[in-house]
Amino acid sequence: MARAVSKRSSVGTTKAPAGKTRESKTALGTKLDPKMLQHFYREMLLIRRFEERAGQMYGMGLIGGFCHLYIGQEAVVVGMQSALDERDSVITGYRDHGHMLACGMESRGVMAELTGRRGGYSRGKGGSMHMFSREKRFFGGHGIVGGQVSLGGGLAFASKYRGDGGVALAYFGDGASNQGQVAETMNMAALWKLPLIFVIENNKYGMGTAVNRSSAGEGLFKRGEAYGIPGEKVDGMNVLTVAEKAKEIVAYAREKGPYVLEMETYRYRGHSMSDPAKYRSRDEVSKMREERDPIETLRELIIKRKIASADDLKAIDADVRAIVADAAEFAQESPEPDPSELYTDILIEA
Amino acid sequence: MPTEILMPALSPTMTEGKLAKWLVKEGDDVRAGDLIAEIETDKATMEVEAVDEGTVGKIFIAEGTEGVSVNSVIAVLVGEGEVVSSSSHAKQTKKANPPAEEISGAVQSKVIVSEPDGAEMNAEEASAYSSTVSMTVREALRDAMAEEMRSNSNVFLMGEEVAEYQGAYKVSQGLLEEFGARRVIDTPITEHGFAGIGVGAAMDGLRPIVEFMTFNFAMQAIDQIINSAAKTLYMSGGQMGCPIVFRGPNGAAARVAAQHSQCYASWYAHCPGLIVVAPYSAGDAKGLLKSAIRNPNPVIFLENEILYGQTFEVPTADDFTVPIGKAKVLRPGKDITITAFSLMCRDALAAAEILAAEGIDAEVIDLRTIRPLDTDAIVKSVKKTNRLVSVEEGWPYAGIGAELAATMMDKAFDWLDAPVKRVSGKDVPMPYAANLEKLALPQVEDIVSAAKSICYR
Repeated sequence: MARAVSKRSSVGTTKAPAGKTRESKTALGTKLDPKMLQHFYREMLLIRRFEERAGQMYGMGLIGGFCHLYIGQEAVVVGMQSALDERDSVITGYRDHGHMLACGMESRGVMAELTGRRGGYSRGKGGSMHMFSREKRFFGGHGIVGGQVSLGGGLAFASKYRGDGGVALAYFGDGASNQGQVAETMNMAALWKLPLIFVIENNKYGMGTAVNRSSAGEGLFKRGEAYGIPGEKVDGMNVLTVAEKAKEIVAYAREKGPYVLEMETYRYRGHSMSDPAKYRSRDEVSKMREERDPIETLRELIIKRKIASADDLKAIDADVRAIVADAAEFAQESPEPDPSELYTDILIEA
Repeated sequence: MPTEILMPALSPTMTEGKLAKWLVKEGDDVRAGDLIAEIETDKATMEVEAVDEGTVGKIFIAEGTEGVSVNSVIAVLVGEGEVVSSSSHAKQTKKANPPAEEISGAVQSKVIVSEPDGAEMNAEEASAYSSTVSMTVREALRDAMAEEMRSNSNVFLMGEEVAEYQGAYKVSQGLLEEFGARRVIDTPITEHGFAGIGVGAAMDGLRPIVEFMTFNFAMQAIDQIINSAAKTLYMSGGQMGCPIVFRGPNGAAARVAAQHSQCYASWYAHCPGLIVVAPYSAGDAKGLLKSAIRNPNPVIFLENEILYGQTFEVPTADDFTVPIGKAKVLRPGKDITITAFSLMCRDALAAAEILAAEGIDAEVIDLRTIRPLDTDAIVKSVKKTNRLVSVEEGWPYAGIGAELAATMMDKAFDWLDAPVKRVSGKDVPMPYAANLEKLALPQVEDIVSAAKSICYR
């Protein structure tokens, strides 16, 4: 069995405990591990609070440019990352803050990059859409829609070339799924049996265009069919469903090759901070928040199954708030990059 | 009436070939579509079909003959009852149609085969030339890749037709056999996708060589080259390097028209984060490609189809490399500096000979690397000659010549005795017609007249 919790997580444990206390089962019939559930809760909450703070700081003019928040989609990345280990690599597009946190990158470094400061992951030279961590095998953070998918094919290619058993996760949205290079990458991934998982985060809108107005066919999960790549649709608002599916498909990709997962998810905020989101009704958003919010759903499950008490969860809430507050403070105190940084990191000295 | 069978042109740049094998003999009856001969070009061996029917009356070129010019009469077909009169075939070659002077300069090129004497290089590079072997640019490129693949298991080659077909231009010949399908990888026709896969693999520590069948097709992939390969090191604050070589033929071949005849030197040279190399000789092709593969940055390696078959002396030393960022003086001179790169070095050298006959001693510099440009070498030369002509095949607007002119204003203004003069491709898409193509491309006489104009002669 794969590890229940990512080793690379900043807060997670590395192994599911062997004890049998208070174990319950998911809809798919596997056992619930209390530690894992609390870990998921904490990770999702960290992303939510981090993004809320980022939105606030954007409004205060502390963060510039484009800023795409992940609020609403937290279950996707937290569930998927739980199935990975240190061999695996991750790449995504510009809505990337959640992915970085779930990969175990530090809140401070991410927030300080958002403010364009020296303490940021790219020392202030990348910004919201361009952050990386070789150590965590997080390969960005890419601003060109769909560009990360063929790059992700390259990560899978590298793992296969080395024979290190690693799997690459290429996250992209419903909008990006119509880019030609996604199809090109699917073709080569199938030809060469690359250990690559295409994780389509279908949040229903590519900027302001609803998925049914942009994407022909009966489902993005079928986009690999022509190449013989299996695919399926997953409830991306339920972290347990995602985690279970992730475990199964990561194991599949490691052995057999590419796979497409279409995550049905939803972003609560606009496409970016400057999007008034007039293309959907307020009711649509609030209905989703009330009925399917991934964090609330998990909180209710944890309380109902008595996996943890409300007080336990409050302690996690407080902890997360403290982490985010600390990151926000760090991001404002960290100095701007030295002017000499303008001319560094263009080429590596041969 | 007997029908002449002519030596066919089997590629846009073919001027001659080897008649490898006759598949028919005198007296055989042939019908249109029958295979009659095998012809070997520098790229491939091709079978030739009869286009008419009749009896093979006479074979004029024996099998095994090399260097048979395109359009030579190689055999004749006769109809029933006809005989071959020996006198009518006394001349074995037929004049090309259109006349030779109207064929593009590119097709006429079969002159330069070695470095001129007196080429100036750094001492280490020069000493390597004490022991050399003759080889084509094509072979030199292949050897460079093979040597680097032997010494670094992370180096691999991917691209269209690089493996089983042995390379669309035969550059990767033999590599599949030596290194296997894991490291010599045929891709589908999907430039954007495989460029992205190459870049991703490079970010994760491999050393890809991505071959574009020609750089014209790399426009499909230019987003990954610039947005991902060139910029990620900067965007990641120095974490995410991209050691990758994008290589393939660049510029005009011959008679392939606008979409297949374009020089990308200035396009890529515009972008910080890229290195752009464009060798002329086989020695530089080998030494620079080895350096490019070892370089930790993305390198755009611009080759030239017409140069692939040209032979030069190449150092035999095991670890011969040429440093990136260093120009080479191909011909020393004192009256005027002419810079060029890739195929245009050939024309610049030819122009220098003509100028010499008229009493103008031109110094010819092969830029070799377009970015980073060896500004010091050019400035040094201009301080001596006080005049500069820049030659390039690409368009003039925002071209390499424009950059050189601006650089001279900055760095050598007080040494200039005349304005910098640009010789470039004309500011038009490449036309197909032979005469128009010739007009669109820089010609030796254009370089000569540009040089004379700023020598006020």
